[in-house]
Amino acid sequence: MAETRILFRELDDPALRTIDGYRRRGGYRSLERAFRELEPDFLLGQLEESELRGRGGAGFSMGKKGSFLPRGDMDKYLCCNADESEPGTFKDRELMQKNPHLLIEGIAIAALAVDATRAFIFIRGEYAEQADIVEQAVDEAYEAGFLGENILGSGFGVELVVHRGAGAYICGEETALLDSLEGKRGNPRLKPPFPAIQGLYGGPTLINNVETLMNVPLVVEHGAGWFKSFGTEESTGTKVVSVSGCVQRPGNYEIELGMPSREIIFDLAGGPPEGRGVKAWFPGGSSAPVLTADDLDVPYSFEALAGAGSMLGSGAIIVADDAVSIPELALRTARFYHHESCGKCTPCREGTNWTVKMLERVVAGEATPMDLDIITSVQENIIGNCLCVLGDAMAMPVGSMVKKFRSEFEEQLRGVASSSSGSGANGAAGTAEGTATSSLAQAGAP
Amino acid sequence: MSHEYRPTDDLSAAERSELIASMRPEDAERIPELHEVDVPEELKAEIEAAMGRYPELRSASIPALWAVQRRYGWCSPDGIRQAAAVMGLSPAYLQSVASFYDLFRLRPLGEHRVLVCTNISCWMNGADELLDALCDASGADHEAAHHGGANAPDGNVFVSGFECLGACDIAPMASIDDRYYGPLEIGEAEAIIAALRADSEPVPEKALHHRGLAGGSGAGDDPRVPELDRG
Repeated sequence: MAETRILFRELDDPALRTIDGYRRRGGYRSLERAFRELEPDFLLGQLEESELRGRGGAGFSMGKKGSFLPRGDMDKYLCCNADESEPGTFKDRELMQKNPHLLIEGIAIAALAVDATRAFIFIRGEYAEQADIVEQAVDEAYEAGFLGENILGSGFGVELVVHRGAGAYICGEETALLDSLEGKRGNPRLKPPFPAIQGLYGGPTLINNVETLMNVPLVVEHGAGWFKSFGTEESTGTKVVSVSGCVQRPGNYEIELGMPSREIIFDLAGGPPEGRGVKAWFPGGSSAPVLTADDLDVPYSFEALAGAGSMLGSGAIIVADDAVSIPELALRTARFYHHESCGKCTPCREGTNWTVKMLERVVAGEATPMDLDIITSVQENIIGNCLCVLGDAMAMPVGSMVKKFRSEFEEQLRGVASSSSGSGANGAAGTAEGTATSSLAQAGAP
Repeated sequence: MSHEYRPTDDLSAAERSELIASMRPEDAERIPELHEVDVPEELKAEIEAAMGRYPELRSASIPALWAVQRRYGWCSPDGIRQAAAVMGLSPAYLQSVASFYDLFRLRPLGEHRVLVCTNISCWMNGADELLDALCDASGADHEAAHHGGANAPDGNVFVSGFECLGACDIAPMASIDDRYYGPLEIGEAEAIIAALRADSEPVPEKALHHRGLAGGSGAGDDPRVPELDRG
């Protein structure tokens, strides 16, 4: 089976990156129609009817989220979340680099739909090259009258600012993103109030992912019914899937939602290198519980992946082949969340720290069977107990690895290296060096 | 003593100084006056332009710190004081923001920066070995490079392991002077460092922007996908 290219149509044509090239391809036609002819309520209705779900991680209905914003004279805001930092995810990077005007068009239409007069693109600081491209496109859009005051004589205006982050995974969490955009340290806020009611500068705020917003002009142009002709009942449209790790053709592929995961991993991305097999895979970024070779026929959709005990998340498939040590994979995963924990909530700050220390002991062959139970219990005590889901995002994959590959962890305890050759074992030398000197048991386990 | 509550963004710099002093007189750090900090005109203009882009001036904190870093190579205490004076915020506040984010440098680093992604996908494709090879080539300390970064002895190159940079399709990869390159081979480490020391672009053929869609150009001919208009 092949890709279904809607967002990826002619994506590699360099002309698409300029406003002239984009317009020659029919670009900004949806914006013109929306600002000249369509009512905000109609736009919101189309988005709701299309059942377009958020492409950033949570998968919430975009139209529904938009409808939560109150009406009235208060200042309202739209934030495009381009802080793509979920390990394994690189779809927004390619979309923004190659088709920046589609994003701008989507933002302007979504802003009109929810009556937001100020919009921001929060782009991660590491994406300097993409931020330059988007900034230039924003300048072009202002010059053409698609941004700024009184767009196309509609009486409605949108100001759009490209805001560069400075390196913090947590800022992809929507309330941390708002704090960061307000010039603060990026700590998540207590919810409720949700951003739709009280977000940026205390005003109602719609926050959407890059890919979600890029679908908006297509829904407006071709209609909700057309959009729903792609995908499954609960997962409409296409999805850009980032496939990486142990595959022969890593990259972004745009698929119709519901395609069997096996076809994405093997037919599109080429599967693991010759002679190797799939051992574990994350279906939705490193925050998703891992699945195994037994799950390869699960359809790639929100509902089917949830049914398999994991999640579609950001749409990033990371494949680990049979040469990869799962305890080392767990350690590498946990270290990331430990580094990125903002420290505001105790279960996350301490839980990620101790999980790393325990996994270092496991990998070094210094742990006891009790440690595996403590690791499991720590994960259970993080989930649901913090302001945001960063801690959960470590607890879910690490917990799933200990559960599904318990025997491999136990072998590691007995000092038997599960695999000492191949790419995945490369981390061994690096991971053992930071072995913790104190254990959780000594400090009094939670 | 009762204060009428007002958001601090609505206060003038002098009022804010007074408020801080009234709360913690023994700890209060004065907001520096412009004439005390000798801020370069271009830096001042850049920060003021950023302040004008947001409804509330504090939002310009991160753009201001970027401007300071571009000017001085790092978020130096003097640079932070200059930004604080322009914005009417305390230097301690800007320091607290700068210290939260990984890309702000709180010490002077090598002119050229090589950030090697060591997260899952790159690790599975040999990122640790790549980082080690870059340390060998540059003379940077391995242990330090794996834990927060290290300057090469000549001070010209900074090498650091880094969290997922969002380019797992070109694993193992590195962000070199803010541009992405990959997939990199261990054998290229020497040439990369040598090119940086000569101030030229390393492995230009491996720059991310050369990369087309993974599925090639012709993939996908779903009849439901409308043809693009061609003018």
